[in-house]
Amino acid sequence: MNLKSILTGATVALGMSTAAIADSHVTKVGFVYVGPVGDGGWTYEHNEGRLAVEEHFGDAVETVFVESVPEGPDAERVMTQMALGGADLIFTTSFGYMDPTINVAAKFPDVKFEHATGYKRADNVSTYSARFYEGRAVQGHIAGQLTESNIIGYIGSFPIPEVIRGINSAYIHAKEVNPDVEFKIVWAFTWFDPAKEAEAASVLIEQGADVILQHTDSTAPQAAAQAAGNVYTFGQASDMGEYAPMPRVSSIIDNWAPYYIARTQAVIDGTWESTDTWDGIGPGMVGIGEISSAVPADVKASAEALRDSLASGEYHAFTGPINKQDGSAWLAEGETADDGTLLGMNFYVEGISGDIPQ
Amino acid sequence: MLRLEKRPQPSQVWTYTTPLLAVAITMVVGGILFAALGKDPLVAIRTIFWDPMFGQFASYSLPQLLVKAGPLMLIAIGLSFGFRAGVWNIGAEGQYIIGAICGAAVGLAFYPMEARWLIFPLMIIAGFAGGMLWALIPGFLRVRFGTNEILVSLMLVYVAEQLLASMSLGLLRNPEGMGFPGSRNLSQITSSQNLELISGTGMHWGVVFAFIAVIFAYIALSRHMFGFNVRLAGQSPKAAAFSGVNPKRLVLICMGLSGALAGAAGLFEVAGPSGQVSIDFNVGYGFTAIIVAFLGRLHPVGILLAALLMALTYIGGEIAQLTLGLPGAAIQLFQGMLLFFLLAVDVLTNYRIVLAKSEAA
Repeated sequence: MNLKSILTGATVALGMSTAAIADSHVTKVGFVYVGPVGDGGWTYEHNEGRLAVEEHFGDAVETVFVESVPEGPDAERVMTQMALGGADLIFTTSFGYMDPTINVAAKFPDVKFEHATGYKRADNVSTYSARFYEGRAVQGHIAGQLTESNIIGYIGSFPIPEVIRGINSAYIHAKEVNPDVEFKIVWAFTWFDPAKEAEAASVLIEQGADVILQHTDSTAPQAAAQAAGNVYTFGQASDMGEYAPMPRVSSIIDNWAPYYIARTQAVIDGTWESTDTWDGIGPGMVGIGEISSAVPADVKASAEALRDSLASGEYHAFTGPINKQDGSAWLAEGETADDGTLLGMNFYVEGISGDIPQ
Repeated sequence: MLRLEKRPQPSQVWTYTTPLLAVAITMVVGGILFAALGKDPLVAIRTIFWDPMFGQFASYSLPQLLVKAGPLMLIAIGLSFGFRAGVWNIGAEGQYIIGAICGAAVGLAFYPMEARWLIFPLMIIAGFAGGMLWALIPGFLRVRFGTNEILVSLMLVYVAEQLLASMSLGLLRNPEGMGFPGSRNLSQITSSQNLELISGTGMHWGVVFAFIAVIFAYIALSRHMFGFNVRLAGQSPKAAAFSGVNPKRLVLICMGLSGALAGAAGLFEVAGPSGQVSIDFNVGYGFTAIIVAFLGRLHPVGILLAALLMALTYIGGEIAQLTLGLPGAAIQLFQGMLLFFLLAVDVLTNYRIVLAKSEAA
């Protein structure tokens, strides 16, 4: 402990970390969470990943985390404290941690950083995300066939490419099975706020939506749907299985555990390199939660077929012909979207009404 | 039997002792809470209160105390004048946001010009002005139409939040940000950045202004007619009116002043530690500052200390999460207790406990 104090004390003075040397016997992995670990969604699943790392490596790895860290200067301070505290690898699990992660990484060249859902990388900063839009395709496919009012409600979090991509993917696949379907989108401007999410769900239900998709992390919309009765929902980020078989009929499950274990192993082996990972259903980063008994058997079967074809890569969720909202051509017949366009997606596809908030 | 008896005058001694007593009780009850969570209470309390200042990494966390306390101090000083005079500006959070938007907009409008000597002062002025004007809306509505400034200023926070989202997604969005929300990073642009003045001290212009505000507030309250009028208006509106204080003007001055300081705090934050206008730029400084103002007894020096104490619980709380694995909610509970116990023991300032004799005896 004394040696560590001296070493890390010197570290501060030098403005660089020798923590990796001080802690060579135990690899320390830090996690910065945007919500509470009990949110039942996004942060919950990242924390499950952390627990999987602990279980996999046992005493060889120590993990630490701080929850409900606001995006901004507070995040920068938490990451710095982690790096000073001897973390070798730090996962920063929200989009808004992007600039803080880059700033702190520049001060600690020997500490590895992994930023979820961002686009800025450095020699010691990797980015990783999941192709949630593949899961959205399956949701849209089911939702389009379940709806009787032909109105599907969608609770958006922030109008960033990831969320817009999800809306487009769900819409395209709902429209494919039900040409009369209409999307009503409410922007909550939060990732996690049960009160706001419940309110958004109620507004959508009042407007006639009988299926609600959500890109926010709490189970409040599930509860609102349950209270309303005949409304279907899908679990977001986490299975939210406690609301099955109704209102929750399926879910998108983020499964970070394999990635976290692999990256921790790479740090232990000294083979860690800055990479950009974007995995989908195939590699198991995106899981489709069990399709419940509330869904007719034929719909369930076709949804599972869609899931499997997405997993095998045989089908791409954005396959032309697809036009943009303004009617201009985007993808020609049979053409699939390139990752660059998907990553920066800032337009709705044809048929969705309303504007992306500005 | 114990009975509370109203003191003829608020006790001077208790006015200054209650905050300390509240901190002490919070430590004890917090310690019990931490023990119930299976952590060593002494270690937990030491981690929260001692480690940020004298722990292993104090050279990093000590300056961070100033960074965190700066905006709290600046906002709370502004609020304290109004609170003394009975003008309740609860919407400092909104004024903080508007100050940041206005200041950042000025900085971004000049991008990529490099005349820092011109741009940065203009940004500061815009920050002050933006916050002041936003606060004058409820002030004006109160003096003109008799509306309740508590409600109006609070509601304007939500309006400001919507404006912030709109600015991050529209007008002020970084054109090179690949479609993601958020403005350019002001702290990376030489002409508009608000960085540490001396590296490693945490002192940026916002902290400097906060200290200046403390000094000015102290002089104003103890040596200046304005401070006297403010106190008089709070204690006895009638007496104030007789001595020639214009109550409407006082409302406008108090609202404008608190808004201006909150706006400045927002500007310094957006150009420095935070760096950019983003959808969730505000993290509640405007609301926490209300706690700081009361914890500091609305006295400038008290506010200075209270802001540092709040900053300490934030930073110490993070360290406790990191090293002890305390849940984040326990830390928030701990902070909430602080205000709760302050209000609870405050009763001793205005009342004394007497041993009641039964009448028949």
